[in-house]
Amino acid sequence: MTIHQKMDAPDRRNRLDDMAQGVLSTPLDRPEGPLKVSGRAPYAHEVQPEGMLHGFFVRAPRIGRLVSIDDSIARGTAGVETVISGPKLIRNPAQGTANSAPVQPDADIYYIGQPVALVVADTFETARAAAMNVRLDIAEADRQPVNPTDYDSPEDQQSTQGDLDGAMAEAAFTVDRTYTTPAHNSAAMEPHAAIAQWDGDKLTVRSSLQMLKYNRNEIADSLGIDPANVRLLSPYVGGGFGSKLGIAPDAVGAALAAKETGRPVGVVLSRQQVFEATMRRSETKQRIRLAADADGVLSGIGHDAWVSNLPDEAFSEPVTQATPFTYGGVHRQIGHHIARVSRTCAGSVRAPGEAVGITIFEIAMDELARATGVDPVELRRRNIPEQDPTSDIPFSSHKLAEALDDGARTFGWDDTLPEPGGRREGEWLIGQGMASAVRVNALMESKARVTLQPDGTALVETDMTDIGTGTYAILTQLAAEMLGIDAANVKTMLGDTDLPPASGSGGSWGAASSGASVFLACQGVRQKIAAALETTEEDLTLKDGRAIAGNRSIPLSEVLDGPVESEGHIEPGDTGDAVRQATWGAYFCEVAVNAVTGETRVRRMHGTFAAGRIMNPKTARSQCLGGMTFGIGMALTEELMHDSRDGHIVNRDLAEYHLPVNLDVPQITVNLLEERDPWANPMQVKGIGELGICGAAAAVVNGIFQATGVRVRDLPATLDKVLAGLD
Amino acid sequence: MKPFDYARAQDVSGALDAGKIIAGGTNLLDLMKLGVETPERVVDITRLDLKRIEDHEGGLRIGALVSNSDLAVDDRVRRNYEVLSRALLSGASGQLRNMATTGGNLLQRTRCYYFQDVASPCNKREPGSGCRAKGGATRLHAILGASEHCIATHPSDMAVAMQALDASVEIEGAEGTRTVPLAEFYVLPGDRPDIETVLKPGELITAVILPAPLPGRQTYRKVRDRASYAFALVSVAGIVSVKDGVIEQAALAFGGVAPRPWRNLEVETALAGREPTRETFDAAADILLAGAEGQGGNDFKIPLLRRTFRAVLGELTQGA
Repeated sequence: MTIHQKMDAPDRRNRLDDMAQGVLSTPLDRPEGPLKVSGRAPYAHEVQPEGMLHGFFVRAPRIGRLVSIDDSIARGTAGVETVISGPKLIRNPAQGTANSAPVQPDADIYYIGQPVALVVADTFETARAAAMNVRLDIAEADRQPVNPTDYDSPEDQQSTQGDLDGAMAEAAFTVDRTYTTPAHNSAAMEPHAAIAQWDGDKLTVRSSLQMLKYNRNEIADSLGIDPANVRLLSPYVGGGFGSKLGIAPDAVGAALAAKETGRPVGVVLSRQQVFEATMRRSETKQRIRLAADADGVLSGIGHDAWVSNLPDEAFSEPVTQATPFTYGGVHRQIGHHIARVSRTCAGSVRAPGEAVGITIFEIAMDELARATGVDPVELRRRNIPEQDPTSDIPFSSHKLAEALDDGARTFGWDDTLPEPGGRREGEWLIGQGMASAVRVNALMESKARVTLQPDGTALVETDMTDIGTGTYAILTQLAAEMLGIDAANVKTMLGDTDLPPASGSGGSWGAASSGASVFLACQGVRQKIAAALETTEEDLTLKDGRAIAGNRSIPLSEVLDGPVESEGHIEPGDTGDAVRQATWGAYFCEVAVNAVTGETRVRRMHGTFAAGRIMNPKTARSQCLGGMTFGIGMALTEELMHDSRDGHIVNRDLAEYHLPVNLDVPQITVNLLEERDPWANPMQVKGIGELGICGAAAAVVNGIFQATGVRVRDLPATLDKVLAGLD
Repeated sequence: MKPFDYARAQDVSGALDAGKIIAGGTNLLDLMKLGVETPERVVDITRLDLKRIEDHEGGLRIGALVSNSDLAVDDRVRRNYEVLSRALLSGASGQLRNMATTGGNLLQRTRCYYFQDVASPCNKREPGSGCRAKGGATRLHAILGASEHCIATHPSDMAVAMQALDASVEIEGAEGTRTVPLAEFYVLPGDRPDIETVLKPGELITAVILPAPLPGRQTYRKVRDRASYAFALVSVAGIVSVKDGVIEQAALAFGGVAPRPWRNLEVETALAGREPTRETFDAAADILLAGAEGQGGNDFKIPLLRRTFRAVLGELTQGA
């Protein structure tokens, strides 16, 4: 049987609150944790079949038209089996949920670092060395510029309500500033990798991917084969952060090479290739206009964003995604502008849209707080709208005010709007900064199967992935809760396209979507048990391996004479449009800026977040810690540097692409608010994976202003930019 | 990585002229993977007896294979050469310091993005091919001592401290042992940026000699883009003694700003005999920065070096 639910109406049953096992919403350790920390959880490139060959990509060092490939030296190298090139080898990674082959630029080279050939050899070292000996004849060709210059403004991405210019003219206070954020790379610890193996027409690819249901179709389409013949395995993924939503060149390259050689082939990207040939987050330029009355209440909001991508790519960093509903104001204008450039493909990286959009907006809000003299927390409180001010639909739930209050109280926020530069400890100038957190909430179609055995053990099966987020933990405890058994008796199988297709991990929707499908599957199992006991699912209590109905309490082993199985199927529906669904939070931090050098250190940081029911406070907290850590990086250090002459990425390794290191990250505290959102899904759960980064950097940058009086509008706030404003 | 032969040296003479020397491998292996270094033959010297730190003429003789970790925590180093211990601990990460050696650290190559990218012309990697860094991304690059052919910086922290300490390098070659002051060990790029030191082909660094410790306070201050695991944008190694309210002696070296650990004795002369005032520091900074030239992306290093220099002098002379 399959229990199917389409979210066309709010589910106010709150069934999870009726369950009795008491394991959901507890800080269960990750069931796979011991495997991971002891090296026994094999990642994509770690289960190498006997006789496996290794492929290494040849990169294009110039933009232009590929005239020919001279691979004679490589082919003549001992150990080299073949060199693969041609139109089937994908040159761009696939965008998230693409579900078909990525854009294929044929013989054209559109960005430096584009993979153009794959050298396949008996060892990784041989393949890599031979790849360096492949000579490419690249002719000059008319290409997009390497720097974003000419922008298109697609009509359907501009919107105007009221008269913003008029509001700006009449406002008591205004902010009209332009800001920039640099390109970013996801920089997951596990590089993109795949091992492909054919058995006749059947292809198995073990890879590091986030959304297998789509990835299977992307690989099949790239190869021109039936998706039914493709099996993907991604049981453990060493971080994705958007860069593994769609397939990267490794999977298709490995499959083509395996086909040609008749042997399994593994391809792992080098760190430099991860930077050049997977997704980057577009750089952004953003103009924010704010019109406010004497009390700081907004009458108008303008948000224009300029981003870039390769030609023909549909993805365009959705910078203003949350601007339409975050704050009130009658007069509103949104603009989106995209330049076509010859740079590495732009796609999803860590909360596309809000990560940079909310961050910049929240810096502008700090500027408004300074202009109006209203405490930044209070300013935000005054501008929380009653309902979505753009669509005139209600919020499904709204927790920004509560998050601001709780965060300010927990952090010990000084609401007197202290003068910038007023607090000094030796060489260090100290300041506080805050920002709101906002992220849209989404539900995606997802399926799962749950099987309960008479001995009280259960199996959860879905092709969902755990990209380090805690999926194994939350699905395990969800099933344990619904079925009334110990979490240790639940086995959760993920990351295999032979299992029911799930939403995949991305857009913060994984827990809600895959969770809902497991919830529904468990409901099906419960219905069968209830039927056996001649009661209803609603009147059935499952706890500690016993079924309780009325005045009877019976061990499962006596109720069941065999395994009970059900599938669950969740689909998004009208609740996605009937109400505005979002997650909320607030960040607070204390920074110290060195008055001599301009170096900034975050001394402490706090975030309060609301994301519906929290399934596991430990893994949810870890998600928020990670997001805030990336926020520190976005604020202070992280920047993908492009050479302005040829567009190539200059800092292509983790030594020079400056993610925050331990010493950059202070004690961070996280509070999670109690919330149930019946519009979201039958579990009242919302996504939390990305919320921690959606504005975090603004808190740090606003803290720098408080500490020094220096307003950095071009991220990251590296010491030279701070220094420029210091005495 | 180009295939190569591997040999293990049994003694110092067996390592001379035998191939590309590898010790910790923390820099060489990365460069081999990138195709920047393409040795035919790699000679592993890690079994040689060069791992001792010995008392030597009032100072120390540090074997070339002493790890950065071991050197940083040696009692004598911590007591008498604090600037060196601090410099070592500010570099790289714990794992890298465990592997990196004293000799290897001196010889590590620049972090210039274009040097590390074999698709870019680079006069240091391929003499005569041009310098792509000029006009490119220059955040890491030199403001002092560069040439039109190369604007790369030397990345070492350790060598900066040793420069301030008047260290010498003990070199073994076919013609015997010679000792070269660190001040003469590195050569400026000029029109041959591929030549970085006075080491001759086949020679091996066997030790670094530290003279007897200088009087005064010592510190190493490193300014960088993140709190740890980043190369210096600017660093200052300082040893300064103050007597009767005037600076008696100052030894100063600078990292992150030049193709070699930078030292300018005129700066030290300008400080000697002066009261430690902001005017004194600025006058010395003027000398240090005379001729300093930014490349655009690193212009900020000029004011940053002045500010850091003044702060270090202030710290070392305050209340002394």
